[in-house]
Amino acid sequence: MTFEHAAFLSPDLFTDRMRSVPIRDGFGEGLLKAGEENTSVVVLSADLKESTRAGGFAQVYPERFIECGVAEAGMITIASGLAASGKIPFTCSFAAFSPGRTWEQIRTTICLNDVPVKIAGLFGGVSVGPDGATHQMLEDIALMRSLPGMIVIAPSDAIEARKAVVSSLKTRSPVYLRIPRVESPIYTSEQTPFEIGKANLLKEGGDVTIIACGAQVSTALAAAAELERSSIFAAVINLHTIKPFDAETVFASVRKTKRVITIEDHQISGGMGSAVAEFLSEHYPVKVIRMGIQDKFGQSGLPSELYQAYGLTAKHLSDTVKLILHV
Amino acid sequence: MYHYSVDLLKKKATAIRIDVIKMLTAAGSGHSAGSLGMADIFTALYFGILTHEAHNPNWDGRDRLVLSNGHIVPVQYAAMAEAGYFPLSELETLRRFGSRLQGHPERTRLAGLETTSGPLGSGIGQAVGMAIALRMDGKPNRVYVVTSDGEHDEGNTWEAILIAAKYQLSNLTVIVDRNEIQIGGSTEDVLPLGSLAEKYRSFGWNAIEIDGHDFTQIFSSVEQAHVDITHPSVIIARTIPGKGVSFMERNYLWHGKVPSESESVQAIAELSEI
Repeated sequence: MTFEHAAFLSPDLFTDRMRSVPIRDGFGEGLLKAGEENTSVVVLSADLKESTRAGGFAQVYPERFIECGVAEAGMITIASGLAASGKIPFTCSFAAFSPGRTWEQIRTTICLNDVPVKIAGLFGGVSVGPDGATHQMLEDIALMRSLPGMIVIAPSDAIEARKAVVSSLKTRSPVYLRIPRVESPIYTSEQTPFEIGKANLLKEGGDVTIIACGAQVSTALAAAAELERSSIFAAVINLHTIKPFDAETVFASVRKTKRVITIEDHQISGGMGSAVAEFLSEHYPVKVIRMGIQDKFGQSGLPSELYQAYGLTAKHLSDTVKLILHV
Repeated sequence: MYHYSVDLLKKKATAIRIDVIKMLTAAGSGHSAGSLGMADIFTALYFGILTHEAHNPNWDGRDRLVLSNGHIVPVQYAAMAEAGYFPLSELETLRRFGSRLQGHPERTRLAGLETTSGPLGSGIGQAVGMAIALRMDGKPNRVYVVTSDGEHDEGNTWEAILIAAKYQLSNLTVIVDRNEIQIGGSTEDVLPLGSLAEKYRSFGWNAIEIDGHDFTQIFSSVEQAHVDITHPSVIIARTIPGKGVSFMERNYLWHGKVPSESESVQAIAELSEI
């Protein structure tokens, strides 16, 4: 399978050397790098510093780390005040709690106030696993992309997560970073470009455009590899930034293929797929198949079992492609 | 802090109350009771307590004032205008399309406002963030919050109170408008708050109770707050909602109501006699 040269994907992809690393580890490294690059960076936790990987920053920069306890709304409003006073705060909690319960404080004290707070929502998706439905946040992309001024990013591997954190320093906008719980194959390399708002075309193909974000990007690459064995050539786009939407990259591919499948570990209503469908309905109406969580809650299980149960595996994806191509 | 004479402060407070009546009547909607009740506190803040520069609202050396119960912003707008932040004539644009004086305060619309508020419970948290940032940067500026008693129904408020105590934010002073009313009636009927001073003390704060219309007490309580360097301080200010207008005083129905033209004439006549 040939990948886009410009994507500089890892040479270990689909080999025995391919490693899987928790995406949140990349997030934690990103915090450390951000803290090193900019002394205004401060990090806040709502008693989840180990599982969010904010603990690394807390150890190295204790004077810039604020432990709020299990008080997410407190954490968000404190971050707002810090940002109004010249700091660049990163808030860390599970997405189910923030933005889950903090959406209004984010809306009023961060978005309306127009202050540069970077909000990390860890554990979006059913991939959270055994903790079950309450902790599997499936609505966060929908919540955050509806807010004026909010940038929404869902990194797809640990290296990209690290780059996303550091890139978020370059904008004065508030940013939402969706960090899943799973390990994901490191499919990018240090050379893979990351620019907020610029989707990465990973693979060219004329038969169908697959648009993925988060841990589903590697799933899309695996499906594309399998499809190629059946002489079906899929384009794969990593839409890491859901807002602002990269119209150019999506349009360029869909004009060629005229067939679109989106895949995300999120409700199909209001998430990345919806953003794609909204854009295409106005600018290039084609049928958009949205794969994701079909208006249901999650449940306890292993990520692999849950992906199987909720239709998020590479096989589900390649089967869907074959279906729409009547193969 | 600067001490003007009580006489001068009372005159200024009356002027602010008259401004509030005029602007609310012109706007046709808004919140009368809390705005009038807090006129003395706002007079003291803008004329003596705050280190600030009206012609330089983003001055780095300024104290921060966070209005948490944003619905009483008319009294803040009036105090700002009287202090020279913008012309008094702009007050009549309250709540109008295109106005800098939005119905609830918005930080990005008017220089001199430290935050956006309206949904209750978020002010103390933001002030905690500001106080922490100032301390991190070794700056001597102080942070004040104006909040209402009803706002203590919100859980978010108590999260911020706990965290402020954890970090011993002695550069933070909260002023609570203890007027014992909210939309649905008396606070003690809707959701009894009891002694806020005791509650704050049990949360690790220094708590001072005052008559919110007595300038000597207002200033001395702020001085007491400054002297306590190990705790954040709260000043529980007992106020009369609608203070200064006989038909509004102590009547919770005026929480979210504004005077008609004829009521406004009567109100201003009463205030002018002070």
